[in-house]
Amino acid sequence: MKHWIWLLPAALILPACVTINIYFPAAAAEKAADKIIDEVWQLKQEQQNQQKPADAPAEK
Amino acid sequence: MKKYLYAITFLIAALMAVPAAIAAADLEINTPAIAAIQGSMQARHGQLAPYYASGAVGLTRDGLIAVRDANAVPLKDRQGVNSLVAAENKDRSALYKEIANANGHPEWESEVRNTFAQRWVQKAQGGWWYQDASGGWAKK
Repeated sequence: MKHWIWLLPAALILPACVTINIYFPAAAAEKAADKIIDEVWQLKQEQQNQQKPADAPAEK
Repeated sequence: MKKYLYAITFLIAALMAVPAAIAAADLEINTPAIAAIQGSMQARHGQLAPYYASGAVGLTRDGLIAVRDANAVPLKDRQGVNSLVAAENKDRSALYKEIANANGHPEWESEVRNTFAQRWVQKAQGGWWYQDASGGWAKK
């Protein structure tokens, strides 16, 4: 019976995760747009080559 | 019996947390469909660039482009410009849709479009024309 306590955090975490995923990630979209625009308009090509190794996904 | 229930609950929580974390970090833009559209737009840009510079074509506030001043284009080239603009807009609309789909949120399309609309203008060269928030043309 006591073990049911553990269901409470789970019940809170689940909807929280779903909510995070529903909001539009404006900053990530801006970053993606800049990357595509730089390539389409061929801007900053040297910088892009330097950025690639440091492109690890930042946890946030 | 209850033991299984916790296990299943936490498994579901963990599985749902992973895509949420990925979505928060970055938008997926490395798909074959997006790469194809991007390549097509990049190839077309060489032809469009002089028209942006002359003000014949401008960036619209909805993330597309439009013929702004047909008089800036010699008569013989006007049909060509119209087809370039139409092809570019088709690619741009497809791009916004593909980005939304690639991230599992087709309903993000209009927000992706708005983000691009702002960034295109931000990155435009001086002298190019764009539509401001009220729809009027302004020179950068």
